[in-house]
Amino acid sequence: MDNFTVGVVVFPGSNCDRDVSWALEGCLDIRTKYLWHESSDLNDVDAIVLPGGFSYGDYLRCGAIARFSPLINALDDFVKSGKRVLGICNGFQILTESGFLPGALTANKNLNFICDDVELDIVSSKGGWFDNKNEKQTIKLPIAHGEGRYHCDSDTLKKLVDNELIALRYKSNPNGSSFDIAGITNEQGNVLGLMPHPERACDEAIGGTDGLFTLKSLIMK
Amino acid sequence: MDQFAVKVFVRLRPSVLDPAGEATKSASIKLGAEGIKSLRIGKMIEVKIEGNDENQVREKIDLLCDRLFANTVIEDYEYSLEKL
Repeated sequence: MDNFTVGVVVFPGSNCDRDVSWALEGCLDIRTKYLWHESSDLNDVDAIVLPGGFSYGDYLRCGAIARFSPLINALDDFVKSGKRVLGICNGFQILTESGFLPGALTANKNLNFICDDVELDIVSSKGGWFDNKNEKQTIKLPIAHGEGRYHCDSDTLKKLVDNELIALRYKSNPNGSSFDIAGITNEQGNVLGLMPHPERACDEAIGGTDGLFTLKSLIMK
Repeated sequence: MDQFAVKVFVRLRPSVLDPAGEATKSASIKLGAEGIKSLRIGKMIEVKIEGNDENQVREKIDLLCDRLFANTVIEDYEYSLEKL
């Protein structure tokens, strides 16, 4: 896996791109490459992270404009080929807006921008994004969002539950998300979107390492 | 070529909680406005568009509403169209 390269997408307004790159390179020794949103050439990368931030200023809706970038247009074939895509926070919003994941993310119930550490239950092992093989089924990750309330209709929720697509649930729901949902995968399991920030939990020096497993799992085949 | 003025209204679906609307309702009551039963906030988008045929213009606006202006998972839209 020496040449395995994770593409970190940079939109105008992304602000966690460097955090993701630092966590991957500095903490996990995984090579990264920044991908400008106007690029549609994904041949050089083996997995992709859509980082957090405020792409296009969150104009219209979070993630709504980013969806039309050349890079997101090229993502369809990338996902179909089975390669892994991780959308964190604004990246999760982009994945729902562009239809790679079902549902939508909208304003937190209490209207606050919430910046906190949250306890999360690992619900599904689909895609191998989380370590639920040992006894520890709960992880702690930071959240930082104003529009992280996951919403979907009842049919979609049933489908998520029946197909084990819910990856993470908040132990104490901070934002009013349906069914306490913090992260979901697609049916194939190669696309994960989550509101918490695993890249901010990759070193004990900054409060924890519960995010390492998810970032490391990007290099899974 | 004719020009049309379009006003698009995008609203959260009735089943979706509107916390900004709830907060504004609360402030309205504090201001002394009585009798407010419901207050929900949406968006209004104004578009001026050229075209020779109103139906073709409507097709374009339908596409814009469905794919960009509204996220139909959580929002409904409607629009009015006026020939200038």
